[in-house]
Order: sequence, then C-alpha cells, then structure tokens
Amino acid sequence: MTQKMINLTINNIPVTVEEGTTILDAARKLNIRIPTLCYHEDLCVAGNCRVCVVEQVGMRTLQASCAVPVRENMQILTNSMKVRQARKNIIELLLSEHRADCTKCYKNGNCELQDLANEYRTGNQMYLDLVHEKSFTIDMSSPSIMKDDSKCIRCQRCVRTCAELQGVNALSVANKGHEMKISSFFEKPMHEVVCTNCGQCINRCPTGALVERNYIDEVWNAIYDPTKHVAVQTAPAVRVALGEELGFDPGERVTGKMVSALRRLGFNSVLDTDFTADLTIMEEGTELLTRLKRALVDKDTTVSLPMTTSCSPGWIKFIEHTFPEFLPNVSTCKSPQQMFGALVKTYYAQRKNINPKDIVSVSIMPCTAKKYEAQRPEMRDSGYQDVDYVLTTRELAIMIKQAGIEFLKLEEEQYDRFMGNSTGAAVIFGATGGVMEAALRTAWEIVTGTPVPFENLNITPVRGMEGIKEASVTISGCKPEWSFLEGVELRCAIAHGLANAKQLMQAVKDGKANYHFIEIMACPGGCLGGGGQPIPTSPEIRKKRAEAIYSEDEHMKLRKSHDNPEVAQIYQEFLGEPLGHKSHELLHTHYKARKRY
Amino acid sequence: MESNKLSRVDYIFRPETNRLDLLKRVMSKDKDDFLLELIDSGLKGRGGAGFLTGLKWKLAKEAAGDKKYVICNADEGEPGTFKDREILDRVAGKVLTGMALCGYIVGADEGYIYLRAEYRFLSPKLNKMMAGINEELKSIGLNFKLGIRYGSGAYVCGEETALIESMEGKRGEPRNKPPFPVTEGYLGKPTVVNNVETFVNTVIIAEIGYHEYKKLGTDSSRGMKLFSISGDCSKEGIFELELGMSLADFVDEFGDGDTKAVQVGGASGFCVPRKKFKETIIGFEGIPTGGSMKIFNSSRSMYNVLHNYLDFFQEESCGQCTPCRVGCQQLYKGIMAVKRRERPATYLDELVKLAETMRFASKCGLGQSVGNAFVSIVENFREEIVY
Repeated sequence: MTQKMINLTINNIPVTVEEGTTILDAARKLNIRIPTLCYHEDLCVAGNCRVCVVEQVGMRTLQASCAVPVRENMQILTNSMKVRQARKNIIELLLSEHRADCTKCYKNGNCELQDLANEYRTGNQMYLDLVHEKSFTIDMSSPSIMKDDSKCIRCQRCVRTCAELQGVNALSVANKGHEMKISSFFEKPMHEVVCTNCGQCINRCPTGALVERNYIDEVWNAIYDPTKHVAVQTAPAVRVALGEELGFDPGERVTGKMVSALRRLGFNSVLDTDFTADLTIMEEGTELLTRLKRALVDKDTTVSLPMTTSCSPGWIKFIEHTFPEFLPNVSTCKSPQQMFGALVKTYYAQRKNINPKDIVSVSIMPCTAKKYEAQRPEMRDSGYQDVDYVLTTRELAIMIKQAGIEFLKLEEEQYDRFMGNSTGAAVIFGATGGVMEAALRTAWEIVTGTPVPFENLNITPVRGMEGIKEASVTISGCKPEWSFLEGVELRCAIAHGLANAKQLMQAVKDGKANYHFIEIMACPGGCLGGGGQPIPTSPEIRKKRAEAIYSEDEHMKLRKSHDNPEVAQIYQEFLGEPLGHKSHELLHTHYKARKRY
Repeated sequence: MESNKLSRVDYIFRPETNRLDLLKRVMSKDKDDFLLELIDSGLKGRGGAGFLTGLKWKLAKEAAGDKKYVICNADEGEPGTFKDREILDRVAGKVLTGMALCGYIVGADEGYIYLRAEYRFLSPKLNKMMAGINEELKSIGLNFKLGIRYGSGAYVCGEETALIESMEGKRGEPRNKPPFPVTEGYLGKPTVVNNVETFVNTVIIAEIGYHEYKKLGTDSSRGMKLFSISGDCSKEGIFELELGMSLADFVDEFGDGDTKAVQVGGASGFCVPRKKFKETIIGFEGIPTGGSMKIFNSSRSMYNVLHNYLDFFQEESCGQCTPCRVGCQQLYKGIMAVKRRERPATYLDELVKLAETMRFASKCGLGQSVGNAFVSIVENFREEIVY
C-alpha cells in the first residue's frame, strides 16, 4: 500500500510529504530547523514546552509543530512575527523558572536551554525571577544521579524516559499549576525509590536538572597522591563514544587515543574491563552449561532456568524491585567491572607486589548505575571496596579537557600487558546481544570443539536494535561429555531497555515464553546507549556506535573469550577453574529482593 | 447594533415529558435526518467553547470504531457558574435522555456523567435514576448504559481531553489536538463530550422541533441559555434567557444600579466595563459564556478581582505547558510587582504581550483564555491596577 502524499508549503516553499508526517519533520525535509525542547526522537510526543510553535495561516492559535500532522494545502510559517514573539516569550518564561547560573552549571556548554537563550539573545531577564523565591534542595542521595529541581523546565522528557523506555516510573509529575514538578514516589529521595540508576533520564534532560554524581575531583586527588597506585579499567562501550565529546563524529573508535590519554592523565596502570568480560564469559558460560546439565541430566527441578545475564547493574536493581521471584534465575556472576575490581586488589596486587590498601581502583563506564553497583556492600570481596570510583564517559572527557590534552592529535597506545588483554567477544559486550554472542561463541566451542556455525563468527540474529530479539540454535556434534546436549534446541532471548525487559520477563512469568538463556541490558542499545555516554543520544547515534563496536570486534586478532591467553593464565595461576572455589569467592555475588515502594 | 431585548423563557426546567415516546419518535426516523435538524437548529455547545453540537455528533457518528462513548461534562468548575448542579438536581432525567439520544445517533452503547467531586451529593439520586433508565432503554431496544465517573477537583479537567485522561485514571492533563475526541477519545475510541446543558437542549430540540427552536436567540446564537448570576446584583441565581441580548439590558435587569463592570464567562471570560455595555452582545457574535455572569459595582477593586483570578489560574493550570504554567505565575506576580512599585507601570504592557503569547501558544483552552480576563481588565481598568 502506498502512503498518501500531502502537499503543503512551509515559509512559502512547497513540500510533499507522507501523510502522518509532523510539521516539524516536514520542515526538516526543507532544511528548516524549528527549535524544540520537550521533543526527543526516542520518546512519544508531549507538545508541552511550546518552543516549536509555528503559525498555520488561517488559524487563530499557533501549532506545536512536533505534535501536529500535516494536512493538505496547509500554509506554515516558522518565523513570522507572531511566532518569533511567542517563541521568545516562551524561552524567557522558561528562563524565569530556571536557575540560570550557567557558568557554575555542570551542563554548561551542553544545555539545550542555554543554546536557545543564546540563539534568541535573551539578554536582560524580562520577567520576574521565580526560582529564588522557592526553596530547592538538590537531591544528592543517589550515588549515581543528582536531581536539581531549580534547573528543571518541566519538559517531562525524564518522566517519559523512565516510563516509556524503562518501565520504571521512578520519576513522575506531582502537583499542578505553579507547584507542578517532577518528583519521585511521595517525594522520597532518589536512593529510596525504585530508580535503577540507569541514567537514561540524564541522557535526555535538556538542562542540568538531572546529571551524574561526578567523582572527578576524588579521582584527581587519588592521582596526585604519591602513595597511591591508581589503576583504571575501561568498559567496552566507552571507546566507541568518547570521541563524540572530544571532537569526533559518532561512531569513531578511539581506543588507542583513550589509552594514551589515560596515561597522560597520570593513571599508574591502564587496564581493560574487556579482560574480565572475557572472564565473565568463562564463568557465565560454565554456569549456564552447569544449569543445563542439572536440568537435563540430573533432572533437578530446583534449577532456575532461563538463566539471565547479570552484567547490567540497572537490570539487577530493576529485577530486585520488579521480579524478585526471578532472582535465582540471574547469573551469580558479578559484572565485569566488579570482577575486575575484586581482581585488581588481589591478583593484580599480588603479581605487582602492591599493598591492596594502596590501590585506588577507578573504572570508566558508559553507565551511571555502575556508580551505585560499586558502592553495594556485597562488592567488597577483596577486603576493600573493590571499585573505588566510577567515572562516566562524560567525566573522562572532562578530565581530558582539564588536563589540556589535545585528544584529536594524540598518538595511539596499547593497554598495559597485564590485565589489558582481551578479545573481540569482550568488546561486543557493549552492544545489545553482545554478551549472548560472546557466550555462544565460547559455549558452543566448549561443547562441540568446533567454532559456532556462523560466517566469520558473526552471530547476526542476536544483533540489531529490535527491542526484544529471539534466536535459537540446535546443538550438534557434541563432545562425549556433553552428549546430553546433542540435538537440544538452545533458545535465547535478548532485551534492551527496561520496558522491553519487563515485557520479556512478564512473558516468562506468564508461561508464554520458554527460554534457556536471556540477555538483558538496562539501556536502549545496550551499554553503548548507557546513561553515562555522551549527550545527545538518538537511534542514529546508537546505531553508529554499534557499528563501531562490531568493527572493533572484526579487527581483533582474537575473537573468542576462551582464546584470551591471559584468561587461561589467571585460571592456571590464581583462580583454578571456572566456578571454582576462588572464583566463587571473588567473581560471584548474590542479590537482594527489594520492594516496589 | 440591533439586539434582542432581554427575554426570559422556560424550557430547561420544564418537567420532562414522556422519555420513551420521544426516543421512539427519534428512533423511527433516519439518523442523518435528525443530525441535519440538529445542525440546522444552530445549537452550539453550552460549555462556552461553542462548537456546533450537531456537527460534533455527526463527526462521531462517521468516525470508525467498534466502540464509542458519550460523556456528559458535569465538571462545572468555572468560577461563578452553578447552573449544571441545578439541572442535575432538578431535571437530571432530561440530561440522561439527551445522552441516550446521542448514544443512539452516534452508535455508542455507554455513557458517563463526569461529575465534579463537589457534586457527589447528587450521586445517590443519579445512580437510582440511571438504573431505572438503563432498564427503560433496554425495553425499547436501545442498547445504551449509563454510569457516573467522578472528578477529583482539578479545574482543568473540565477541558474535554483532560477530562478523558482523568477518566482513564491518568493525570488530568489536556492532550494534543488533533486527534479530537470525536475520533480518538476515551480509551482511544470515538467519544462525544458535551456539557450538561447541551444534552438538555438536544432533548428540547427533539421535543419542540428545530423550527420552533430556531425562533429563539439570534442568527449566530440560537436558543436559550442558563445564566448563573452573582456578584453585586439586584437578583441573583439561575435565569434562563434567550441568547443575543445586550449587556446593557442585562445590567438593567440584574444590576444593583451601580454596576461598574461585568465579568462575562467566568475567570476565563472577559471583563466588560460600563462604557461598553450597550455594544456588547451576550452570545457567540459578541461575548460567549458558559453561563457565569459576575456583576461588580463601584465598591469593588478591579485589582483585587484580577489578583483573585490570576491566583486561581496559577494554581489551576495543569502545569504541563510553558506558556500557561509559567505565564500564569508571571501575570500574577507581575501585577503585584507593579502595585508594589517594584516594576514600572509600563511592565503591564509587557504582560499584555505575554498574555497574547499565552493566548496563541498554550496547549489548551485554559491557557489560551487566561489572557481574556487579564487583557480586558488591564486595558479597561489600568489605573486601578497601577495605583
């Protein structure tokens, strides 16, 4: 069926677009930019900021171009006197309820309201200041997210993110009129509500009302402290996004430059979370196979299947609140960050002969939930807090700028040789479906002794940005000790974004879906779309980052976790075997059922 | 300008004649013929916005949908109006008949009264009546069921899409339009939302015929209207009058002899000063009203009147869209700042421009009409605001 086409004019230029197109999108087609604030590509249309209003000739009122679909013979003016007057007034109104201390603001330079204020040269504040007469407290209760209502312009992007993308509903609208605000349940502090710390709200907040808790100064102080050995680890998704903050286009891989920059910042050792991602595959893959064996051979009815991944701390907090009955299904593996933290203060300390109390372990993550995860009381298996500070990709970019490093011109360097080795399987942890793909590459080979039957190891059915993906492989050619798996159809599912995760788990709960293994990432697109990644985000940007991840994988010499020589080495020298005693002590954890309210 | 002389009529509160006969009579005719008659009668929505009722029903009838709804907007919240309460108290049967009539015409099988929380005392009586009527309708083969839904006290829920959101259990915030409720309303289905008085009018038209109805009122404002009259008046209460009289006639009848201004249409309406009484027609050709008529005599400070309205709006804005949420606060605090000499008198001119922006750019009728009272009071009583 062909779409009906609609003819209209915008600023007297004729344009033909498909029926259902909004005025905003039709204008974009003509390269006419209409400013927006509450509009976000990832979210449903709200039409509440009214910045995007345009004049429709013949209509008394202005139309919100993001919300109104085109109609035949519409005549639209995007820059008439009436529009300009209204738009300027609206921006001034927003500024009057916004604490505009831009130079002191964490989001200075990356604020959509600031951009608009600049564009419209709002200069002298025309209206009365509404901020100072109200009292605001900044909610700093969460280790991940800071919420400052005095900067909030009530666009409700965060509310829509929390509800639509994440299905969490930690943020919602409270009160009406002049008291209307974005609030948590019963206005409780953020750390006492169902917030998963995913930070997706931060990624979509147009101002500085929602930002990450930053630990930049703490990390600088550690670096400056001569008695401390500061070890840094970097997550897979950071390397494909950091460039966006430092002058590159989305989708540029900057791994070598990032390593080089980290050395220049003064980190004593520059290590790679990818190493423990490989280790996670060994542990988690073995855990899955063990569970399958118990279910299929021992006919153990207490074994919890499907098994779900545990790398995403947003997902962990979510399932603790929302589906606590499924906690036994979650892999007991710590996330790669926390495995790394536990090993840095044990294995690494021993090998380097450093007292673990002198090690400061820092991680660079695409994630804000990792900040919360690092502070969980159960994450102290090394005898110390395993990961001391978690910085987001954005915070790292700030440090690089502060240090005067010209990132664009930096030479590329390699990670340290010890705990810096990784494979392509670890890199793809950064994209939705990546853990599944990495696990399959290894598990298949453990069971059959041959590589997964996909061209060039690329398990394409688990890739892509569909909210929920399903895949299944029928196992054949098993080695004798795995013969119970011969002919078994291994059914897998992948969800990213917690709303999708919720839908998938509900299906499992209702008995409508039957899987062996489920990968869940809290953030849309997986870690590459994480709450700590560069702002802005959009489906297009996330697609580019994913392409970069898979291209990084293709360029790696080793692409299967079990091929990582360092992984073999650590089992030989330190851990023993996957799921062994030492592994259990350092690399595995437990979860806690939490209430919704 | 020629105008009708003020004339009192009595249709609305006349006791209901035989409901089933009336419905059967309509059901024996072609639906489209009835719609044409309704459109031809010129009846416009009595809530204040004045959309042609027949056209609204026609759109809902033509809208595709397996399920349709009829909603009676009884969230009477406009300051100074109290006529819907009286209708529901005295002739609720007519309202329910009108809803059933609408359900039959548009093809809806469920109808709800959205009753403002403060009118909960009416519900035992309404529930009882509805149960009876539900049975009666069944007996003549009309598949239509009536029920009540309660508001929770927000003014904005009188706006039809906010009302629908509220009925769906959500925050009462207006939706983006289009789509309009006639195509996507309650639970996403085609929905007719009409005011209490509008439904009564449709019954009157069905009863007396559109020819007879058209004799009432003027070309642009057909029919009669209930007015809720309050303030400094000689007679106060609810009066049924033909539309299209001049405000001068109105004040002659209801004023206390010292009338300075009349606020026509409540807080969201216009303030008319004495010098404009003669030229002002009450009706869609002049100033339309949902029924609220507040009369102020010379003892009243128009600053206080405006202050009161703006305080109301800054609280009752849903807070969703910028022009209304922040604009209301700025107008409210702005006149105080001028009064206190913290801003020059010329700041009022900036505020008038802001009120214009609110009129053009707000998402719903609430924000779009705040400027009515503001501009009309500031323009006509500027000295009272400043000094």
